[in-house]
Amino acid sequence: MNAVRALVAAAAVAVALVLQVSFFPHLAWDGIVPNVCLLVVVGAALTRGPQFAIVLGFAAGLALDLAPPADHLAGRWALALVVVGYVAGRVRRDAQPSAGTVVATVAASSFVGTSVFALTGLVFGDPIGIPQMLEVVLVGVLWDVLLTPLVLPPVMAMFRHLEPDRSLA
Amino acid sequence: MRLGRLDHRRERRWRGPHDDQQGPSRGLLVALVLACLTVMSLDSLDSSPVDPARRAVGEVFGPAEVASAAAVRPFTAVPNWFRSKDSMQQDLLDLQAENSDLRSKVATQDYNRNRLEEYDGLTAAAQSLGYSLVPARVVGLGPSQSFSRTVTIDAGSDAGVHPDLTVVNNDGLVGRVLRVTRTTSTVLLIVDADSVVGGRVGRSMEVGFLHGRGVLGNDGRLDLELVDDTAVPAKHDTVVTWGSEAGGPYVAGVPVGKVTTVYSSLRETAQRAVIDPFVDFGALDLVGIVVPAGTASDRAIIEADGGLR
Repeated sequence: MNAVRALVAAAAVAVALVLQVSFFPHLAWDGIVPNVCLLVVVGAALTRGPQFAIVLGFAAGLALDLAPPADHLAGRWALALVVVGYVAGRVRRDAQPSAGTVVATVAASSFVGTSVFALTGLVFGDPIGIPQMLEVVLVGVLWDVLLTPLVLPPVMAMFRHLEPDRSLA
Repeated sequence: MRLGRLDHRRERRWRGPHDDQQGPSRGLLVALVLACLTVMSLDSLDSSPVDPARRAVGEVFGPAEVASAAAVRPFTAVPNWFRSKDSMQQDLLDLQAENSDLRSKVATQDYNRNRLEEYDGLTAAAQSLGYSLVPARVVGLGPSQSFSRTVTIDAGSDAGVHPDLTVVNNDGLVGRVLRVTRTTSTVLLIVDADSVVGGRVGRSMEVGFLHGRGVLGNDGRLDLELVDDTAVPAKHDTVVTWGSEAGGPYVAGVPVGKVTTVYSSLRETAQRAVIDPFVDFGALDLVGIVVPAGTASDRAIIEADGGLR
């Protein structure tokens, strides 16, 4: 079951990554696209908890760092999505999250994820202007929230389905 | 308190993730964060050990991006069908106006004949060097969230592409190839904040450096710093690439953009001009990679004389 779960999670991340790079740029606003990989990690965190989410976040982040056309320092998205997995996994782990909780978690995760990425860029001397950074973070949050109703329900259903004792409970 | 009771009721239907009720293990979290930092420090080395991994991941995701871009392409063309005849007529009028404007400019401008010959000579030299173009399409765009302006194109080492080649489209300079896989390559756009291009003001032949601002779309501008601080570029002057010895990474004489504003301050040693690039980076599709003539490729190459091979 563990291997199946890992495979399905990897496939979800791969599909999210390809969508994010090849499909969403056609709808992008100023090059800012919904971060579908982040949504998958949040979905995993809300259903499976932080332990699974930080591992998935690390894997998804590394994929974002390495898959073309990425050119930034590798490991930055990995760090950002590990933090996202941790933060989203801490939210309301004792009950099935309501729609409002999911949207709030996505918004917070998106904000935290993009900010962590941008801040590591500042640490490593990326020439990014603060206004541009703010624009990217805020539009990113907006995009991710907009995509939440489309992406999170199937992702969460999938991860829930992969755990038999949960679906029987 | 009230929420707590509600949760308690729900709990019967939906138990929380029982396997890590105490949160993630500290050890795992610390290990992953350390792993991220390790990857970052490894990648910041000069000859990065991460590059083979990048290439391997690219070999897998490259074809997937090519396939997905091909599947999406018919749908992205749909808005063009709805462009009415009126808007095309407007376009025609605009273009005619622009054309006559350009014609009058050509007629009235007092070009220095020698400079023009020099420039023509340069272009001729570039042509006689015998460059050819490998056609390719953009299949993936890096998200703005990554703060780097890079795209994936569907031509790789099989098509005769290798790092540090110039990428152009029919409007002008697009960028340069950073790295390749078998079927795709990653291109750094000139609007990226890390991009520096040697530029030359077409009219005065003054040389300088073009820095990207990292912004796409209508604000996608370049900053030109001229080496000679006494030279002041004029508005609407065209900037072309300066080019380096072996034609890499940028070949000479490719149009980049035109001057929109000029700043000069006493504090800065050089003149700074803002360049509006000719290429619309938000709508990149067909591009050409400049390769030496006679490059072996898996597709038809556009020769310097416009023919296909």
